[in-house]
Parts: sequence; C-alpha cells; structure tokens
Amino acid sequence: MANKKFNPLPGFGLTMGYTLLYLSVLVLIPIAGLFLKTFQLSWSDFWKLVTEPRALAAYKLTFGAALIAALVNAVFGTLLAWILVRYEFWGKRFIDALVDFPFALPTAVAGLTLSSLFANNGWLGRFLVPLGIQGAYTPLAVVIALTFVGLPFVVRTLQPVLENLEREVEEAAATLGAGRFRTFISILAPTIFPTIITGFALAFARAVGEYGSIVFVSGNLPFKTEIAPYLIVIRLEQYDYAGATAIAAVLLVISIVILGLINWLEVWAGQFNKNSS
Amino acid sequence: MSIEVKNVSKKFGEVAAVNNVNFSVREGELMALLGPSGGGKTTVLRMIAGLEMPSEGDIFIRGERVNDIAIQKRNIGFVFQNYALFKNMTVFKNIAFGLKIKKWKKADIQARVIELLKLLGLEGLEKRYPHQLSGGQRQRVAIARALAPKPSVLLLDEPFGAVDAKIRQELREWLVHLHQDLNVTTLFVTHDQEEAMEVSDRIVIFSRGNLEQIGSPREVYDHPTNEFVARFIGVMNVLELEVRDGLAKVKELEFPAPNEPDGQRIRIGFRPHAVQISNDLTEFRYQAVLRRTYFLGIMLRLELELPSGLTLRSRMTKEEYAQLGLEDGRRVSFQIRQYRVLARENALLPEELQAIYEPPPTIAENI
Repeated sequence: MANKKFNPLPGFGLTMGYTLLYLSVLVLIPIAGLFLKTFQLSWSDFWKLVTEPRALAAYKLTFGAALIAALVNAVFGTLLAWILVRYEFWGKRFIDALVDFPFALPTAVAGLTLSSLFANNGWLGRFLVPLGIQGAYTPLAVVIALTFVGLPFVVRTLQPVLENLEREVEEAAATLGAGRFRTFISILAPTIFPTIITGFALAFARAVGEYGSIVFVSGNLPFKTEIAPYLIVIRLEQYDYAGATAIAAVLLVISIVILGLINWLEVWAGQFNKNSS
Repeated sequence: MSIEVKNVSKKFGEVAAVNNVNFSVREGELMALLGPSGGGKTTVLRMIAGLEMPSEGDIFIRGERVNDIAIQKRNIGFVFQNYALFKNMTVFKNIAFGLKIKKWKKADIQARVIELLKLLGLEGLEKRYPHQLSGGQRQRVAIARALAPKPSVLLLDEPFGAVDAKIRQELREWLVHLHQDLNVTTLFVTHDQEEAMEVSDRIVIFSRGNLEQIGSPREVYDHPTNEFVARFIGVMNVLELEVRDGLAKVKELEFPAPNEPDGQRIRIGFRPHAVQISNDLTEFRYQAVLRRTYFLGIMLRLELELPSGLTLRSRMTKEEYAQLGLEDGRRVSFQIRQYRVLARENALLPEELQAIYEPPPTIAENI
C-alpha cells in the first residue's frame, strides 16, 4: 500500500467500480448471453442459419439502407447545421427544435406517418408514385425511415464544432487571396470532416438497430423489404431462439467491424488534431 | 505614400468606432497604431485590409483607391492576434497557401517557403502542425504566411498580445530586424505604448475613434499635442490646481501662473525625471519623505510623500541614487524643473484616462 500512487482527484475506485457494474448489467452481460446462446449451435448449423438466402437478403437491406441513410444525413445534416450556426433568419429556433423531433417521436408513429404519406393515395405518394417513386413498402421506404431517425445525429454533433470555428481563420484565407469556395474546400471542410464522420457513425449505428418505424413502412416482404431485426423477431415467434441469436450475433459483429472502420477513418481524418507528446 | 487613409469614419449601427481619421504611411515605414482598447485602431487596420468597409472616406494603397477592391485582390499581408493558422495544414502548407492560390509554380513555392522558413528561424518545423508549436513559433508562422505572397503592406493586429513577456520582448526586437531586412511597409496595432515606442518609426495615437496625434516616438513623448497623449505616453505626474494671485496651488506646491485669472482651475503634468531630488534638505524649496524605491534595472523609480500627503513620482539612475546615499524613509528636498499645462478647465477625466492614471514604468522614460 505504501507504493499506492497519490491521485489528487478522489473517488476513482468508487466511480470506476460503478462504471464497470453499470456497463456489465446493461451491456456486457446481455451480449455475453447472446453469444452463449449462439454457441449452443454447432458451427455448421450456425453457418447454415446465418447464410440462408433470406438472412443474407436481410443483412444486405439492413446495412445497405443504414449506410445510404447515414450518408444522406451526413450531407444534409452538415448543411442543416451550417445554416443553423452561420445565419440568422426568421424561424431559426423553430427549425432548431424540429431537429430533435426524431429523438422524441415514438418510431412506430414515424413509420405509420411515413407509410401513409408515401402510400399510393397518400399526400406525397399520389404525386410520386405516378413518377415511379415508391416511397412505401419498398427498400426506398426503409432508407427514408432510417434517414428520418438518424437526422439529429450529424446536426447535433456538428453544431458545437461549427460554432467554435474561428472567424479569423476564414479572414486570413481571404487576405491570402482565397475565395469563399476555396476557403471552404481547403480549410473548413477538412476541419469539420472528422466530426461529420462521428455524426455519420452515430446515425449509422442508430439505423442498423432501428426496428419500430421499419415494420410499418417497409411491408416486411422476405427477400425484398425485410430487415434483419425483423427476421430476428420472426425467428423468436417461431420459438427458434438459437436461430434468432445467431442472426443477432452476425448483426453485432458486422456492426462492430464497420464502426471500427469508421472510427479509424475518423482518427485518420483528424490526425492534424491529435496531441503530440 | 504606401497607405493613405482619408476622412475615414466607421459606424457600427449608431456607434462611431472611427471618426474622420486622416493619416498616411510612407513606403517602407514601420508604424504603430496605438491607443486604449476600444479606441478604433483595430477597426482602422481592418478597413485597410478590406475586412471592414469604411462608412465614409477613402483608403489608398500605393496610390490606388481600394474601397471597392475585394480583400482577396488587395495584396496585403494580415497577421491576426490569435494567429488564425490553418490547423489542418502543416507549417509548410500554411506558408504555401497564398502562393498556391496565386498559382505559383511548384518549384517557386518550394523555394519561397524555404526562404521564409530560414528568414523566420522556423527551419525543421515545416512538417509540424500548428498545435505542435509554441506561441512564439505560431506567431512567426503567421507572419511568414502573410509575407509569402510578397504583399505591398504588412498589417499586424496586436501581434505580440498572446505571448508571454519574455517572448514578446524577443519578438519585438526580431520584428524590427525583419523590417530592416525586408523593408516592407508595416503597420501594427498595439495598446502597449512601450511596445509602440520601442518598435516603430512613427506612432498614430487613437482614443475613442479619434486620431489624437501622429509623430515619432520622441515627438509624441516630448511634444504631446494634447492631454490625452501626454498622459497616455510614458509616466506623468498630474496635479489639479487652483489659481490665486498669479500662482497655481495645490497643497504646498505652487506654480507661477501670471496670466490666469483667480479661481481658474488648471491641470498640469510633469515627467518623473523633471522631479530633481537632493539629500540636502535646504537645497530645494520643497521637502518630502522617500516612501518607496522601485528597482527597474538601471533606472529606479522613487515615490515621494509630501507632508500634506501628496504623492509624486521621480526617477534616477542607480549611480545617482547611490551618490545621494538615499534609502526608503529618508527625508529629501526636491524641485520640479519642467512641467506643462495639460488643461485649463475643470473637465472631468475621460474614463479611459482614469484607467491609466498610474501607468506602469516604461522604457520610454529612457529617451
């Protein structure tokens, strides 16, 4: 005990202990249970379950739609955050409040609203469907719903960073002869890019796990509009617990790998910011 | 003339930040815009750069009216107080930025950046990012970046405000040498009169948006044209007096004022070096106690307390001090050799003057 390092901040033991307990109860134990259940299957059974064509189609839709939705949110979320931070206009506070709407609205309600809006006789659907844009009960519907639930993430992560940009940096670029476009491309965009990726990753993770709105808006047609979380529910309803956990485990592993890649990209894009020692 | 500012005013809403200002900067000159904060000096600098538009008046750079010329086309180098470096770029890329925009050839950019790295003592740092540099290094990168495209004028806003005192002193000397080497017209803003005196060829003094005086450090110190300048530059003892029978009096001090009517209130000022001290109590007319000696290197500042409680500041060299055998608590006699009348009415002091009523000791006193 004599060697115990002195730390001027008290309470490390208590806070760390609580953090571990908290993470264990909420995250680690459920995930461990998931894998334990999966391990009851033999490897060949597992492989057959998770690579059946219906499951493969579901993965493709889940991750493909989540990726597209997160990309859309990265672009338009950046635009929205830019507008909200850089300009003063009438109704700004209202729009700012609106951004949080997808956080608060039960996603089932969002799904119902979107499906009735884009259905053949819906407000938007009656104009879009004749143009060949099927916004309900199609993969596009899944993308729209996932874009909706992911909207706040990029906006809310980017806003504080945009607010902290120094005005003088842009002025400095101007005195050196750079126009607005050049300043944005060379200086602003690289500065905010890591944050956009953070928002992108959050929106993506949220989209992969989304269930409530999709079941209403997609139609849940196997091989067409069925997402992986929905397939898990179907397996559960068939009392096929091992099959359900196997698909869940695959979802989890792919998510972890993708989030790891995004994290690496974020670090790479922000390397000018890292602290040297 | 390199820069001419003619009848320039700037209003922010109802507030006049700059009031009908006129001055010009000669080619190759190193000039300071000096004044208390809120004096309008930074606004003037920003108007010359094109970062603000004048509400009235014209600005010329090398004879060309630049009011309607965009910032990008003015060919000025601007150094910001907080450096404003591009933190996503290395030192090399920061310096090369303006050259790339001007579409210099790659080899020319390389040569110019290397030349500037050498000139500013930044060799070996070209691959670092701004957050890996010290404050003084960042400042020099900012200056190198501004100088790279060979601007017709270099503008610096409080260039040494954000670094600590010792580095600030080095940077000042270094700026003077840099200016001698490059001979580029340089205009810098400072609120530090000592810095302005030490560095610049000429000083423009602002207060509350008005131009108070233009002149060399020596001129503004020895011949201030108004009370503001007299009190802002260097240290000054200031007394409020009332005239009786041709003598202006406050407590035991008297100054001849033969042309002033009785009851007139005047304000006079004198520099610390005008207060002459003797250890012989009978040599001069007034007596005082040496309350405290401030050691400032070769010069000493002395605080004298008169029997009435009035306090005056004096100064002398270490040698004089030793010769007179002075120490704190000694009784001395003194006289005031020179003084100037600062104001004749009982005008209240402007707020910013009250703030600098006891300015810090200054190297300018050595002039």
